[in-house]
Amino acid sequence: MQLFLNQLFNGIEMGAVYAAVALALVLVFRTTGLFNFAQGEMAMLSTFVTWQIAQAAPILVAIIAGMALSFVGGALVERTLIRPMEQKGNPLGTVIITIGLFIALNALCQLIWPPSRAQSEPFSMPRPWPTRGTIEIAGAQLKWFTVWLVAILLLECLALYVLLQRTKLGLSLRALSSNQESSRLVGINVGTMLMVGWGLAAAVGSLAGALLASRSNQFDVSLMQFILAYAFAAAALGGMDSPLGAVIAGFIVGIAEAMAVTYVDAVEGIPIVVPLLLIFFVLLLRPEGMFGRKVVQRV
Amino acid sequence: MSDQTVTPPNPEGALTVAAPVRSKPTATAAFAVLVMAAALVLPFVHDKPEDLRLLSLGFIMGIGAMGLNVLTGYTGQISIGHAAFYGIGAYITANLIIEQNLTVLATLPIAIAVTAAFGALVGLPALRVKGPALALVTLGLAILVPTLLLKYGSNKGVALWKPKRRHLASPVDSLTDGQWKYLVPLVALIVVYVLTKSLVNSRAGRSLIAVRDQEVAAATAGVNVTGAKIASFAISAAYCGLAGSLSVLVRGQADASSALSYFQLSIYFLVAVVVGGAATVAGPILGGMLVQYLDDKAPEWSGNKVGMAPFILGAVLVAIVYLLPGGLLGGLRQLVARLRRPPSAPDPSPNHTPATSEVQP
Repeated sequence: MQLFLNQLFNGIEMGAVYAAVALALVLVFRTTGLFNFAQGEMAMLSTFVTWQIAQAAPILVAIIAGMALSFVGGALVERTLIRPMEQKGNPLGTVIITIGLFIALNALCQLIWPPSRAQSEPFSMPRPWPTRGTIEIAGAQLKWFTVWLVAILLLECLALYVLLQRTKLGLSLRALSSNQESSRLVGINVGTMLMVGWGLAAAVGSLAGALLASRSNQFDVSLMQFILAYAFAAAALGGMDSPLGAVIAGFIVGIAEAMAVTYVDAVEGIPIVVPLLLIFFVLLLRPEGMFGRKVVQRV
Repeated sequence: MSDQTVTPPNPEGALTVAAPVRSKPTATAAFAVLVMAAALVLPFVHDKPEDLRLLSLGFIMGIGAMGLNVLTGYTGQISIGHAAFYGIGAYITANLIIEQNLTVLATLPIAIAVTAAFGALVGLPALRVKGPALALVTLGLAILVPTLLLKYGSNKGVALWKPKRRHLASPVDSLTDGQWKYLVPLVALIVVYVLTKSLVNSRAGRSLIAVRDQEVAAATAGVNVTGAKIASFAISAAYCGLAGSLSVLVRGQADASSALSYFQLSIYFLVAVVVGGAATVAGPILGGMLVQYLDDKAPEWSGNKVGMAPFILGAVLVAIVYLLPGGLLGGLRQLVARLRRPPSAPDPSPNHTPATSEVQP
């Protein structure tokens, strides 16, 4: 029981991170219909930027500034790199652009913040909350870190919910994900909304990166390396266009991973297999995921 | 009305039609034969092992890229996981050599057959998912294969299989090891090139292209879409499997220790296809050799500064997609077409009077 609970708490902790990155993927998919393979590396770059600001400012200020800068950065990426390719009607081209970004952003981080520097001065993200230690539940240890992480994620979800469901901007964004052509006809500025969608995704990713980085004593450019696979699994499982689905599925993936590595011998030592198999089965059996909209194509 | 549309309104208009974009088939074929002959002679005039090795690795990258090109360039299915097939090919060859004492050449057909079957199996999901979702599935494949090989295929937790040197040595007395390891991949490349060339010009090749351009229309016209997709997956997997097998000969080992290097190789194949020219037969060879060359030399050029080489690679990838959508070969063809255009057509010079001399030769 103790082992089970401990693993459950671990799963919830990682699940919160997967959920946050999956949320970013979903925000991009809803607006542009793209899988952004560079989402993880964009979040990683944001994390380094946040770290740099945190050297001179309180961590909360740094996180908010990092999110704001990421919003601008994400919007710029959409405007300068993604949209021109979309307008050429070249889907292969856009996938390759996001892969090129993936490689280039990772390398850019290593150029600006060389890994060799970490030996003398490790990249260590301060925690945005003071509480340390654990709560004991039935002999198992629940970290305060986990509690805070989940609380912040839920807060973020609430904010996004209000934004999407209760504001005019949110209405436009939802209209866009439903039908771009019709949105344009009713006077929605589609271009701006696409940039807002990418910006929001980048900001959400930035927060996820900062929280993930503060989880351990130091972080490096491999911060998001495998997280992306888990986040894609969560996004696919929840339905690529459902933010709620992404969050729920994020926790499911986190808990499934923690349980599988503990109780299934076949995946011992290779946890990465869990999300990948999940992706395969979801896409094969139910491509629209748990909460996704089934796409009906008119020919 | 119909008469007028058929007859050009002014007789000079007929002459401004640009020359065919493609160069004459005979000229291209002659050029290809010339390049092949030069490549075959090279190891005997320039017997420097490190140069031959780099070229040989370039050929192997070219074979893999040609495989991905059949799938991505011609059939329009994106894969960022073809290193998985490469890895399986390498694993099969290395293990058959170590455990069954086979020669490298004898393992090739086995590796090709197994990877083709595996490719067809992976092609099945492609019938349901397409576009970016398919890219995601294949990305998972590139990470799964080395991970599973590491856990289940390795001995004592080391995913590195090294056949003995003598098993990889040249069996022909008159050839040095360096020449042998250069010539085998080269001959394989030529065979694959000829096969691909005849595939894309055949009925089967045209049905692949039809599936890429308009799946529904292709089905309506009687193309077996399911068959075309699965076949194209199998063919592309077989090419990559062959590339992996040959890599054991040149690198002397099969390595599944890092999932990241598999991801990187998959991206290299894609880069090679896009940079060389998707949906051209020779483009991926050009692209593959260039990628291999850059991979080898870039760390040196950037003064071994961590991150510079991949940064350049990523930036070049983005730039090529924008500036040369047809890749290097596509750009080259455009250039040739522009040079060949009859001088009367594009010349906007003011003192250029209507070209009577060209109208009446």
